[in-house]
Amino acid sequence: MSHIASGAPGDLTAPSRAAADHAALAGTLIPPPPPAWRRLARRLLHLWLLALFLVAWQAVSTLGTRINPQLDVMLPPPTAVFSAAQELIARGALLTHVMDSLRRVLVAVGVGAILGVPLGLAMGWSAGFRASVDPLLEFIRPIPPLAWIPLSILWFGIGDTQNEYIIFLAAFFPIVLNAMAGARDVDTYLVRAGLSLGARRRDLFLTVVLPASLPNIFTGLRVGLGIGWMALVAGELVAAPTGLGFMINNARTLFRSDYILLGMVLIGILGLILDFLMRQIAAIAMPWYRR
Amino acid sequence: MAQVVVRNVSKVHVSIKGEPLLALHGVSFQVEDNEFFSIVGPSGCGKTTLLNLLAGFEMPTRGELLVGGQTIREPGWERAVVFQEYALFPWYTVAQNVAYGLKRKRLPEPERRDVTDHYIGLVGLRGFEKRYPRDLSGGMRQRVSIARALAVNPSILLMDEPFASLDIQTREFMQDELLKIWQRERKTVIFVTHSIDEAIKLSDRVAIMTPRPGHIEEIKTVDSARPRDMTQPAMVQLAAEVKRWLRQQLFESTPA
Repeated sequence: MSHIASGAPGDLTAPSRAAADHAALAGTLIPPPPPAWRRLARRLLHLWLLALFLVAWQAVSTLGTRINPQLDVMLPPPTAVFSAAQELIARGALLTHVMDSLRRVLVAVGVGAILGVPLGLAMGWSAGFRASVDPLLEFIRPIPPLAWIPLSILWFGIGDTQNEYIIFLAAFFPIVLNAMAGARDVDTYLVRAGLSLGARRRDLFLTVVLPASLPNIFTGLRVGLGIGWMALVAGELVAAPTGLGFMINNARTLFRSDYILLGMVLIGILGLILDFLMRQIAAIAMPWYRR
Repeated sequence: MAQVVVRNVSKVHVSIKGEPLLALHGVSFQVEDNEFFSIVGPSGCGKTTLLNLLAGFEMPTRGELLVGGQTIREPGWERAVVFQEYALFPWYTVAQNVAYGLKRKRLPEPERRDVTDHYIGLVGLRGFEKRYPRDLSGGMRQRVSIARALAVNPSILLMDEPFASLDIQTREFMQDELLKIWQRERKTVIFVTHSIDEAIKLSDRVAIMTPRPGHIEEIKTVDSARPRDMTQPAMVQLAAEVKRWLRQQLFESTPA
């Protein structure tokens, strides 16, 4: 390259020569990070409200039965939920419920992502495409997943596919809409910078539009996963032989409110864990991104 | 050997309410090869619109813009742009940002690394190659942006108020650096600014724009040797003259 040879190396090395030294110096100036057990302890302290909630629940349930004996069934205490869990684990049923529900939600949200992210990006990128797809999408979107149950049984029969379809419907729209918002809101200057540096349309999509949309795509996946998880009970309402949603529906007919609460609590905890994992994946996929 | 020719260019923008706005009217000028040409004027005078036309981001409503006799039809690396807000890709490191255009030009990997390295050194950012733009100061970001534009070896460098958001010390430092780079690399620079001092300090010629509609009223030649000391009487006098003249034009064109 001729333009390399044309100049002496930069005159401006002074501020950068010491960059590594500065980083080392900066490391010695800040206090060392607190030990791991300390950080863990500090985090656990944040759980005081949750602990208080559990204590209050236990107190209301146990003391309340003295006033109203029906409360035993209406609101079993956390300890009853815990022994219900032990009972179901011992019978080997609980793990099956959890794993089957997880599998259904992940398949449904996975299909939602595979279909929804490209569709949303295309809608955000091309105004013409958006104008034609939007009416259809906005017409289907307000229909609640529950309303799809009868038709979905006709289409998919009874089994996993039908359950997953209901969960998919719940997860799909937030995934599409967030991906679309991401591709739509790409900074004009970044697109122009790409074009003025010789990027073609395809380059521009992969190097500018897609990375710029990633934060929104991950928001959509998180919301989709959360809503899909919320739709689990509806998804497993019909003829699912297993799953947390099935467990809740089944316990209703058996009058086992401890199982119902156990199912609810597990859905809450697993939802929390899935959301946490999703955020970890997002942080790994976007090391440059800070909220 | 005129490199850039702008001939009788007008540009109409349509406002959000649908009203047509005349952003530029009858703009004509010519920029010679390797010239440092500034366009100065108050905010809203259409200088950024003019630069967008030169970059190929927008098309003129009337008139034509030519580079080396060819009409500008689309953006391209031979007219690299340095933006006021840097427009660095946040998902790429400093080195990846600088290499972006080279990758699009399909320069082979070893050469790409050499060129990237050269320009990072040129703007004094060695040691920061693996940082993300977010971890850099404003001045450093703008240097990355300049390195990224220079790396594709454009014949014309279009700069849109590149130093406007920098503090005064960084700004003067960057001006000196830009001049050094320009003298070494010999490119045509079209530099948009609202600072008359900056334009006079840097340029061979300064075009003065007035708003509503955007129009080039006059082009001043600055024929003093660089580096220029803006406290010298000749420079002070020229700057005062342009300021006075611009103020007069603004009062005339703005209804009281």
